[in-house]
Amino acid sequence: MSEQIAAAPVDLISLFPDQVKADERVGYEGFMVEPKALVKVVVALRDELGYDYLSSVTAADYIDDHKIEVVYHFFKSTGGTNLTLSTQVSREKAVVPTLMHEFPSMELQEREVYDMFGVEFTGHPDLRRVLLWDGFEGFPLRKDYKEAYFTAEKKPFTNRWPEGHITRAEDATPYKKNVVYPDNLKPFEEYDPSVENLLYSGMKNFLPEDQRELNTEPVMVNFGPQHPSTHGVFRMAAILDGETVMALKPVMGYLHRNHEKIGERNTYLGNIPFTDRLDYISSMANNFAYVVAVEKLMGPRVQIPERAEYLRVIMSELTRIVNHTWAIGFLLNDLGAFFTPALYAMIERELILDIFEATAGSRMMCNYYRFGGVSRDIPEDAMAKLKGLVYERLPRKIDELDIYLSENEIIRERTEGVGILSPEEAIAYGASGPVLRASGVPYDIRRAEPYGIYDQFDFDVAVRYHGDTYDRYVIRLDEVRQSLRILQQALKTIPEGPVLLKNPYNVRVPAGEAYGRAEAPKGELGFYLVSDGTANPFRYHVRSPSFINLTSLEKMSLGLKIADVFAILGSLDIVLGEVDR
Amino acid sequence: MNDENKPVEVPEELLNQVAVTSMGELASQSFIDKAYNWGRRNSVWPVFFGLACCAIEMIATASSRYDFSRFGMEVMRASPRQADLLIISGTVTKKMLPQIIRLYNQMPEPKYVLAMGACASGGGPFKEGYNVVSGIDKFLPVDVYVPGCPPTPQALIHGLMKLQEKIDSQSIKEVSWYDKENRGDPIPMPVLGPDLMDPRDFSANGKAKE
Ligand code: SF4
Repeated sequence: MSEQIAAAPVDLISLFPDQVKADERVGYEGFMVEPKALVKVVVALRDELGYDYLSSVTAADYIDDHKIEVVYHFFKSTGGTNLTLSTQVSREKAVVPTLMHEFPSMELQEREVYDMFGVEFTGHPDLRRVLLWDGFEGFPLRKDYKEAYFTAEKKPFTNRWPEGHITRAEDATPYKKNVVYPDNLKPFEEYDPSVENLLYSGMKNFLPEDQRELNTEPVMVNFGPQHPSTHGVFRMAAILDGETVMALKPVMGYLHRNHEKIGERNTYLGNIPFTDRLDYISSMANNFAYVVAVEKLMGPRVQIPERAEYLRVIMSELTRIVNHTWAIGFLLNDLGAFFTPALYAMIERELILDIFEATAGSRMMCNYYRFGGVSRDIPEDAMAKLKGLVYERLPRKIDELDIYLSENEIIRERTEGVGILSPEEAIAYGASGPVLRASGVPYDIRRAEPYGIYDQFDFDVAVRYHGDTYDRYVIRLDEVRQSLRILQQALKTIPEGPVLLKNPYNVRVPAGEAYGRAEAPKGELGFYLVSDGTANPFRYHVRSPSFINLTSLEKMSLGLKIADVFAILGSLDIVLGEVDR
Repeated sequence: MNDENKPVEVPEELLNQVAVTSMGELASQSFIDKAYNWGRRNSVWPVFFGLACCAIEMIATASSRYDFSRFGMEVMRASPRQADLLIISGTVTKKMLPQIIRLYNQMPEPKYVLAMGACASGGGPFKEGYNVVSGIDKFLPVDVYVPGCPPTPQALIHGLMKLQEKIDSQSIKEVSWYDKENRGDPIPMPVLGPDLMDPRDFSANGKAKE
């Protein structure tokens, strides 16, 4: 894989000698592109160099240089490490051409960058705020934006414990004094409670009138944010012709908890419990991706004991089983089998959570991984229980799910051929994880860019080829079986020894940037970190698979019946903590 | 019943099956309260409404291992109009707040609010955030707070039992929902402007009120 990186710089710079240069800042890699040449370079990257998977876009506010840097992370859909492309614009006039027409995966992500940094993407047809609401004042991830309870720049906050007793943030900024309105605000006159016009006006031109079969009146329907089938506080706005979906927009941000802003104030270690709360069904896998990213930034000096590596894999695969059985249970909820399959899935979840609780101390929010290991060893009796689960109970239970569900006629009728995503589309829309693999792209980060000790285990990358909702369901069963295979090998060969050499309370990482990622149950969970050499990350971005998998929801739903949309949404398996962050 | 004050002996197998009262009790309303509260405390229907991570533990509480249907609470209604209890199970964001208040306003009385977890009670780990409301009690009257991040299912059940105790302590004579004068207005809807705007603040300044 190192040859791929070594080969790439030569190509790109010789292709565009004037517009591209290597990023020469210490600790950075990749290329710096002129904003004007961005589209050209990206097309060349995709068509000539094979970097066809644009995984993420984000930005960083280099306030001291008066620049905002927009950063793109490219991958090859055949595997390998990332290629970073960045482009710098001034903070006052941040304008970058959109890449949405080359890579539709950019649709929601560019909106997010606009929302958080105020970067305008020229040519984006629907550039609105995505996580906050239209009309919100300020761009929160810019470094000069201060939140309501702002007291200090970095954690640990020394001003909370002066002379040994606590002062609370509310004492300094009491509630209701903590919001700043513009001076000349006329509330309820300027701000109409229905600030949704932008959303609806974007959906108006959905289909020319002469292409409709019948001259019917389209209706506008909103689902959520409180709806039993949206898996949390997710909302969809749809235009229906009868029951047929003519246009559909996901609306999110109802659980936007400012993860990244808070993360930039935390210490590196302090972010681990926050990552638990991203995809709160699979907290261990989030921890894993985050420590992979930070360890990448720390460089080869981190030493991870062998037993810790095994425990990382074991916990992460157990999480995958929890997540996938849960996803199947709730997909069936959406298909109408209200709660019985979900209850079966939850039994297995409870058994696995017992092991998490015995090991990490908490059922759900495990906070288990550390830089250079894991926090605690697994107790003897939990290990015995785990062996029973992995060798006997779980394989049996997965077969049981398979027998009861996979051939069920209603499930097949409702899901087969519904919501098809072709392999090309899946790559272009930035889908990852089971969604990508169900579309026939055998891309699994555990194989494509192995991390941890995944290269020591024998397992297959599950792949299905129809790209429909049924395949997205079956592939989860396949993946659980592969996870069990990994677990069975790992439990056989796990060595004795320490799990953490040195407790890294306050790690300092060298200045630079890194993009680390892991195959979380929902897809590629990536962390983009920029360090300025202090104990807190300068920029902390989460590339969340649930959010980006939603980009293709509209594409898959158009022309189908509205009931199918819920099946598709269930098969995407989103978690709102991760969508909105 | 000759002697009003003499306790009636109830055979052991009928304990908890029959209600025993006296004319005095009947006259003093406490029997009516008992019957009224007994019915309500054992059929608290929560809204099927999850906000964040805590909602997962709420679902776990509903599932077979913890099973809050033992307390008559398994009927989770997706419509607030059929529910008695709003479990705020997770982080309350400014963007979501108007929806939560709308849900609450749609619930018929008697209604209760349970703040589940650190976020709903006071902002939790995300308190500093620019989009986070530090506790639902800034807007809704909360009956029970359950600490934890997330509270374990046991803790949630404990909170629900506390709610039952609260219901037990109410008297039909005094409850606000039968009081024509002070029935309480719906909570004014906050508006999303440049930041969250609470109409109650603005009316105090003499500015327009919705
Ligand atoms: S209290 Fe903790 S677990 Fe509950 S919603 Fe908040 S962050 Fe999530």
